[in-house]
Amino acid sequence: MAASYEGLAIDQVKEGDELPPLTVDVSATTVILGAMATRDWRPMHHDRDFAINRSGTRDIFMNTPNQAAWLERYLSDWAGPTCRLGRFSFRMHDSVFPGDTMTIQGVVEKVETDVLGCSWARLALTLKVKDKTMTSFSARVALPSKPRDNPWVRRGEDWRP
Amino acid sequence: MSEIPAELPAEVQSWIGQVRYEEVADFPVERGYIFTSCSSVENGNPLFWDDEVAAELTDGPIAPPTLLSAWTRPHHWVPGRTEELLALPVHFDLKKQLDLPEGVATDNEVTYGAPVRPGDIITSRHILRSISDVKTTKLGEGRFWVIDVECSNQRGEWVGTDTMNLFGYRRDD
Repeated sequence: MAASYEGLAIDQVKEGDELPPLTVDVSATTVILGAMATRDWRPMHHDRDFAINRSGTRDIFMNTPNQAAWLERYLSDWAGPTCRLGRFSFRMHDSVFPGDTMTIQGVVEKVETDVLGCSWARLALTLKVKDKTMTSFSARVALPSKPRDNPWVRRGEDWRP
Repeated sequence: MSEIPAELPAEVQSWIGQVRYEEVADFPVERGYIFTSCSSVENGNPLFWDDEVAAELTDGPIAPPTLLSAWTRPHHWVPGRTEELLALPVHFDLKKQLDLPEGVATDNEVTYGAPVRPGDIITSRHILRSISDVKTTKLGEGRFWVIDVECSNQRGEWVGTDTMNLFGYRRDD
């Protein structure tokens, strides 16, 4: 019996589609667990005294790989397990602290199929606290081009992220 | 403080395009970290939790792609080591060599290749790609540089490249 899962196919996606927003209340646990899970031992992500007195920030703050993990989760919530991340870029504007409520939003900017038949969606994503953008992201993800197509089987020259 | 020289030292110039560090990870990729990472961001993707889905889609369990940098980060402590190992040594070499005490990452881009699997041992190669002329920003005066960290598994397959744009600078006092 085939495994049970649902995944978004490229013909279900079009330019301008907005993804449902994700809102997360950030606590000290969110920040510290995220830093430890990404093996980031630097003190400004777990030591409040260090963050305030040495880094000059108002508290410990979320590390970049953990933000990337939140965005990856956001994309797979939207498109399911057949969505394969190809390229991911981000620009940091400001930090996310315990006590913040962060909102992740995204919009499909482009849909295309490459010469190898792999279908791609490019998304513009933002991580905001209140109305301020803390990090802006761009993602390029491969999606199935037809039922049961699976971007994960692409290897070597067949995968051009 | 003295002015930052406009000319780049010849030694630093010689680093551009060369593999300056090649490091083999301290430990094999393992599922405990994969679960901890998914748990930290409440990622319920069945690819990481359901072995049947992983078997069908990826021929067995894989790690979330964005966890790539975790597999190459040194342990916080190991027996016999007296100095802290730095996750991005080329960046710290540049700060020291160019006498730019502060550093900040401005943006980065990661491309992902073959999936990373439990048991993989990731090798990272650190390459300085470019250095800018001396620039003045609101943070201070310094130089921008671009560092690539290219990662492969023990079979020599490319698994991803992290391209980081950083700014090394002196504060305006």
